[in-house]
Amino acid sequence: MNLAAKDIRHNLGRFALTTFGIGMLLMVVMGMGGIFRGIEEDATLLVTRVDSDLWIVQRDTKGPFAEVSRVPPNLVYRVSAVPGVQSAREFVYHTIQRERNGNLIRIAVMGLSWPTDKGEWVPLISGRILKQNHFEMIVDESLGIALGETIKLGKETYTAVGVTKGMLSLNGDGLALFTIADAQAIQFDQPGEGVRLERASREARGERSELGLRQPSLIEQAVKPSIELPAIARPQLSAVMVTLAPGSHQDRVSEIISGWGDVSVYTQEGQKELLIKGLVEKVRRQIGLFRILLTVIAAIIMALILYTLTLDKIHSIALLKLIGAPNTVILGMILQQALLLGSLGYGIAYLVGQKVFPLFPRRVILNDADLLQLAGVVLAISVLSSLLGIWKAMKVSPNEALA
Amino acid sequence: MTSHDTTSRDDKPFAIDAVGLTKIYGSGNTEVVAMRDASMQVEQGEVVALLGPSGSGKSTFLTAVGLINPPTSGRITIKDQLVLDGETAQTNLRAFRRHHIGFIFQKSNLIPFLSAAENVQIAMQLNGQSLGFARRRAIELMDYLGVADRADGLPSMLSGGQQQRVAVARALANRPSVILADEPTAALDGHRGRQVMELFAKVAHEQGAGVIVVTHDHRALDVFDTIYEMEDGLMHKQQHNVQQGAH
Repeated sequence: MNLAAKDIRHNLGRFALTTFGIGMLLMVVMGMGGIFRGIEEDATLLVTRVDSDLWIVQRDTKGPFAEVSRVPPNLVYRVSAVPGVQSAREFVYHTIQRERNGNLIRIAVMGLSWPTDKGEWVPLISGRILKQNHFEMIVDESLGIALGETIKLGKETYTAVGVTKGMLSLNGDGLALFTIADAQAIQFDQPGEGVRLERASREARGERSELGLRQPSLIEQAVKPSIELPAIARPQLSAVMVTLAPGSHQDRVSEIISGWGDVSVYTQEGQKELLIKGLVEKVRRQIGLFRILLTVIAAIIMALILYTLTLDKIHSIALLKLIGAPNTVILGMILQQALLLGSLGYGIAYLVGQKVFPLFPRRVILNDADLLQLAGVVLAISVLSSLLGIWKAMKVSPNEALA
Repeated sequence: MTSHDTTSRDDKPFAIDAVGLTKIYGSGNTEVVAMRDASMQVEQGEVVALLGPSGSGKSTFLTAVGLINPPTSGRITIKDQLVLDGETAQTNLRAFRRHHIGFIFQKSNLIPFLSAAENVQIAMQLNGQSLGFARRRAIELMDYLGVADRADGLPSMLSGGQQQRVAVARALANRPSVILADEPTAALDGHRGRQVMELFAKVAHEQGAGVIVVTHDHRALDVFDTIYEMEDGLMHKQQHNVQQGAH
């Protein structure tokens, strides 16, 4: 005869409500873990998808995802000349926030090294890759921009020619892929008044300089658009991505480029590690502590519930002792209830989570290892939380049955 | 302590042999002597009534003999096995209770989350009996006591009298050597009360069990073989019913 089941059947309503409550609490614990996994995966997703063997970034910076990195555009040609490099691509990356249809939209802008890179590696769910150097983009579906839809960024209007899925920045913003030229145009766009003020400023600086006074034609040159001035460099890149030639040694190529004074080199794994350690670590600790707190709260609530359930059964426990029930029968009853409460709560957490988590604005990823770990934790807190009830039950004297 | 016979007149060991039981609660100024040097021998097959006013020590004696509330001093031997020497247990008391003692108390004391039949079954299952056997015997006993039709009802769905009969069935379930009953007929009508008392006598005689019944119901005293009375913690043997006792 299973006393635990009989008692639960007798108090079914209360047990069901309690289990549901525990389930909701465990769902939050499960969700927090899933949110962290989502952040972790989002953080490294781009590096994984871009699949570059080496990342070349501004000297002593941690790369374009971690902080501002600026490298000169001609770095691509220097890198291409290194033995063992199959191809080098420009990389431009920045995030913008614009208003669209009355809502704020955050877009992670990434530049593709046209015409070498037209986005062939991007997993499309509809549409096509880029076919021209300007005014086309591939967008992540999370941005809510449909295929064929247009959006004005800076002074130009761009059309979504392809839609991809799961291409997110480390902040969870949807990615939009443009050519490098368009990405830079969006990044360095200035309003007309800003351009005029800059040109006026250049003219004023020329007029104040001795060279300008001696050669007035220089001042005429200085007020021309930036693009027409050879002295003003092209906008800088965020990084250069390297694909190694088959059979070449990554360490050797990395060693050569690292020897240059203006850049640092990271492998794909190194870049991921930097992202995880640098950016995600604090989030991991924050969420980890929050999960621990919630788990402790769940354990305390479970302990109190099991203690209350035990208090309700004090007379029955005394009676069982009176008629000679060994302690194992009584312990078993409380422990089985604790385990049932924990496992049903876990099941509810999982099932409800499956329905609720997809509605979250950021990805919630439940992987098997995390689910197993949480199951182990729930098992442990179920056992621990039953101790209070067991302690109370052990103290009950058979005499209490006669009271 | 003087020498003491441990066997009955027919040389069988006593079902219950309680000698010199004293129970003291508290100490110093708050000391209360609930039972003083109380002795009782119950032969196998003997049914004993224990009378006395409230607070006389009847329940203290019953719980001591029932191995629930050990005496401060004295010895309790059940079926030739010394089980309590003062407060010191000579065996696993809970296991001993499970195998040898059946309890019936004034309140029915059923487990509220088990059905009537399960309340009877549990006593047998704790003793290692199979579910099938326990179920069959539970129904048998409940049928005998007239409550078989309520076998699947929870205690809260039974009347006081029905609950008490289920408690009687549970006490008899393991064919115990000793049955201890504290006011078992308080919740029953006269007819049912007498029926229960006669059942105790029958079980005692058929199974050779020793039965002690604390009662105020003087209408059924003729059923008992021996009558004891307690007053101010002292035990007095009052009467030996020759007709019933000479079995």
